[in-house]
Amino acid sequence: MPAKHTHKTALQYIGLGLFALSLLVFTGMLALENYRLTEQDLLATMAPNPEAEGAGTPEASSTVSAGSSGGASDAAPESAPTDPRARLIYEVQAPAFREAATELRLTDQTFGSSFSFQDKVTEVFQAARERVDESVDELIANEELPEGVSEWDVRLSDPAYYTEKFAALTAAAEIGPVVDNPWLFFLLTIGLGVLGGILYILPKFGPHPGIKHDHIYHSQVTKGLNLGWRGFFLAATILGILLFGIRYMAGDWFWPAVTTAIGLLILGLVLWVEGSWHKTRVRAADPAGLSAYIGILAGTYLIGFYVLLYWTPAHVTPWITMVEPLKTALFGGTASQWFLYGLLYTLVILVMGVRMITKYRHNKYQLLRTGSVMFFQLAFAFLIPEILGALNKPQQDLKNIWPLDYDFFFGWQLDQFQSAGAVGIFMLVWGIVLIIVGVPLMVHLVGKRWYCSWVCGCGGLAETMGDPWRQLSDKSLRAWKFERWIVHGVLLAAILMTALTLYTYFTGAGSLLGFETWKVQKWYGFLIGAGFAGVVGTGFYPLMGNRVWCRFGCPLAAYLGLVQRFQSRFRITTNGGQCISCGNCSTYCEMGIDVRAYAQKGQDIVRASCVGCGVCAAVCPRGVLRLENSSVDAGYRTVPERVIHVSEEGVSLVD
Amino acid sequence: MHVAIIGNGIAGITCARWLRKLDDAVRITVISAESDYFFSRTALMYVYMGHQRWEDLMPYEPFFWPKNRIDLRRGYVEGVDFAAKTLQFREGEALPYDKLVLATGSTWNKFGWPGQDLDRVGGLVSAQDLEYLEQITPEIQHAVVVGGGLIGIELAEMLHSRHIPVSLLVRDTSYWRNTLPREESEMVSRHIRSHGIDLRHETELQEIVDDGAGAAGEILTQDGERIRCQYVGLTAGVRPNVDFLRDTGLDIDKGILVDEYLRTSVTDIYAIGDCAQLREPRAGRQAIEAVWYTGRMMGETLAYTLLDRPVAYDPGIWFNSAKFMDIEYQVYGEVPAHGRAGLATLYWEHEDGEKAVRINFEEDGGAVRGFNLMGIRYRQEVCERWIREEANIEDVLQNLGLANFDPEFYAEYEQDIIERFNEQTGSNLKLRRKRGLDAVLRFLNFNTRTPRAISTPDAR
Repeated sequence: MPAKHTHKTALQYIGLGLFALSLLVFTGMLALENYRLTEQDLLATMAPNPEAEGAGTPEASSTVSAGSSGGASDAAPESAPTDPRARLIYEVQAPAFREAATELRLTDQTFGSSFSFQDKVTEVFQAARERVDESVDELIANEELPEGVSEWDVRLSDPAYYTEKFAALTAAAEIGPVVDNPWLFFLLTIGLGVLGGILYILPKFGPHPGIKHDHIYHSQVTKGLNLGWRGFFLAATILGILLFGIRYMAGDWFWPAVTTAIGLLILGLVLWVEGSWHKTRVRAADPAGLSAYIGILAGTYLIGFYVLLYWTPAHVTPWITMVEPLKTALFGGTASQWFLYGLLYTLVILVMGVRMITKYRHNKYQLLRTGSVMFFQLAFAFLIPEILGALNKPQQDLKNIWPLDYDFFFGWQLDQFQSAGAVGIFMLVWGIVLIIVGVPLMVHLVGKRWYCSWVCGCGGLAETMGDPWRQLSDKSLRAWKFERWIVHGVLLAAILMTALTLYTYFTGAGSLLGFETWKVQKWYGFLIGAGFAGVVGTGFYPLMGNRVWCRFGCPLAAYLGLVQRFQSRFRITTNGGQCISCGNCSTYCEMGIDVRAYAQKGQDIVRASCVGCGVCAAVCPRGVLRLENSSVDAGYRTVPERVIHVSEEGVSLVD
Repeated sequence: MHVAIIGNGIAGITCARWLRKLDDAVRITVISAESDYFFSRTALMYVYMGHQRWEDLMPYEPFFWPKNRIDLRRGYVEGVDFAAKTLQFREGEALPYDKLVLATGSTWNKFGWPGQDLDRVGGLVSAQDLEYLEQITPEIQHAVVVGGGLIGIELAEMLHSRHIPVSLLVRDTSYWRNTLPREESEMVSRHIRSHGIDLRHETELQEIVDDGAGAAGEILTQDGERIRCQYVGLTAGVRPNVDFLRDTGLDIDKGILVDEYLRTSVTDIYAIGDCAQLREPRAGRQAIEAVWYTGRMMGETLAYTLLDRPVAYDPGIWFNSAKFMDIEYQVYGEVPAHGRAGLATLYWEHEDGEKAVRINFEEDGGAVRGFNLMGIRYRQEVCERWIREEANIEDVLQNLGLANFDPEFYAEYEQDIIERFNEQTGSNLKLRRKRGLDAVLRFLNFNTRTPRAISTPDAR
């Protein structure tokens, strides 16, 4: 029977079924648990007794480091002697929480969902906050505030700043089947998912090696969205993030407003100043027929996953509970959402890396490259930081580079490096050397690919899990214009943010020209580190291709790209006049480069955004493209229409 | 001046682009009955297989045409009034021109087979051919493809991707044997069969049998064998698409006859691409070469001539390329299917049977004449230079790394090829240059040259 899909073996259908089942359990388990909080746990988290054994919650960092998906910072607790300030905080806050919890019946009832539990926690927090304010007002009125203690040390601030603590409360309160059987759920979700993936992928070693692109544009998973749907998802996600951002910033709309203004400015620049508005017929990006509905579902699921993980960890505690025993068994300590994320991320890269290997097993460049991203994710992003954490050292991902690793120069991070002895100093020096020597030198020698498609974690995920969607990148000239403004804008923002950070670090001043450093850091972390890199960066794989973050957002890619464009030996060489303009290279360019536009004119290609994945060269049916390094003459060969046939002697190919 | 170009394929569009590049004032109209925009005909197969969308076949965004003031007109030209210099459209309109370029391309051959006009019989040349195939695909349980050339194997691969069993009928003893030397031809035949396609050598179509409803239901081979099928692909070559111009006074043989300046027998009318037939082709070349590359070169050449800077058409050193399912193919220079007296050949084949390199050279003197590559990529510019300068086979072999264009980390076989030569001749050559761009660019003198300005073309 004629069919517009690839044939699957029975094993593959079993694999798909197991994967679907694991996804169902993974999603459904969030609703299985109940929540019941003891007063002891409430106080231990919200207002710990400074004299109690092991008390003092660590200064949990709520930053998300883009690209570093490994274990995040679980900073070492500081053992501070009981000082009058901590004493006072405890004496004011603890009764407030105790009374509010009792009065609002937080501690003696069971909640059926994390949502009703969180509502109650927030309610209790607000009530406690009022009580604390009353007590502090009283202390001030009676002039009983001790010397050296500010009222703001004691008062509680906006609940938006307590996300991590609320998540800790939820974790402490969790009861139910997942708490009772974490390993069972681990096996039913992650275990089954990996097994299903492997069963689906292994039979792909069967058919003859070669390009495997049949039915990509027939599939409801991979054929993409029409521009209307794409525009809707883009607008809804951006608006959603900005609105949520106001809440995240505790009602301060200044930075969300600045972001909106910059966004509108870029829109105006591209559409009107650069004239894209008049070119209404841009290159179409619509699939034939309906949009890929499974792709839309997958994108929506991924967006939801990232929103929960980054911003409302209180609602995903069963996932963390489930991986807790693994974390304890392997590395000791307790699991956070970042351990969960790092584990999932690494497993996805490994399993989908095997898929990439089946697909390109005829191509040694792709094999080595895929092996490389699998290795760097497993070793550098996951295992080494976990082991460092177990040894009580900073959990630095040694392949992550500023400005992708945007909190590298944050005060707490610099302090941590300096307090971690020789290892910490090495990390600091290594990180700086990578920025000022490693990046320019390596990009000069081989192009930015050494990082983006061989080492980087974001690139690793894009090249493995994202590979089925690489064709969805927008190749229009308009998209390129947006790309240049946005990606260099993010680079500029990262530089300014870091400059402000270092100013604060070295002068001790908390703000410059009225811009508060911590707020700038917090907003950058929210908007770029989590929103752009995570929610849009990965959530949009099935909607706009697998390199949305790398192409439009990554400040390190922008930096690498500038070096690649102006000072690199790397180029993609076009083989004489052999191009037949078929478009495979452009279609499968994940960075949205219209490779064909160069190849059909015989031009060698030097583009800032090229990550050197080598797929254009792999899919070319005529052997026209090759990724090459040479210090000789990139200029002449990138001149348009290099393959000029007509010369004074007549017509010939360029010699 | 108004130049009207009939046909928006690679020849017509290249001509239009170069006209605009060379002259700001000329008015350009490109007429097509087939599609709104220029698309890559060679890539039609990828749409059917789901590798690309139809839009992805278009090399230029829609805004490109108004920006470059190239008027695109959708319509079918029914006749040309040479005296009044006017085109007549089927829709009834007329369009005056000053110079006319015929770039009407090809259509697939029918050789008078009984049943060749039945439903579910077709070739694969135009967008409409593809649309028709897509439309009837649900009815196809088994397909027969007739013709062992480039389109035949593409059509077989396409149908195969939809899980339709295909019988590929080839007249010769192995695939494309009238073009490929025996070893390469047999390699491709093996490869086709390894994909599960029913390849039948020395089998010719006798008749297509009606299924009773006016469509193909079965074919009969010349050996009397019957193959049930619901589709017959006719891919036994193409011929110039010039029927609407016959009996108009224009000199037409198989194609529109043109001189070396691509001028037809009627003043101010020119023909390029697949529809043009050279009155005096260069030595070793065909009068009609229906390939992408020659169409492109003709289009570019003609733009100069149209603007009164006459340039003779010179197709340069022959080159072509293709992909036979998973095996890439490139050819440079002289690679005759059945050899030539005085032409020696060095043939190396990888043990996996899917990679091969053939280098042809003069027995007498050793001048290199041609390269034939299967599953291995070589640089066109390097091979061309060796061929043009009649480099000696021994020099070529020792520097063979210069030609290698395979991706990084791929195994390099130049040493194996040299050893094969040493075995054959008793020489003791060694590879002096491995793969790498630095040496190539120096060899091609790129470092000493300055960029050529586009605004001042060389030809005056």
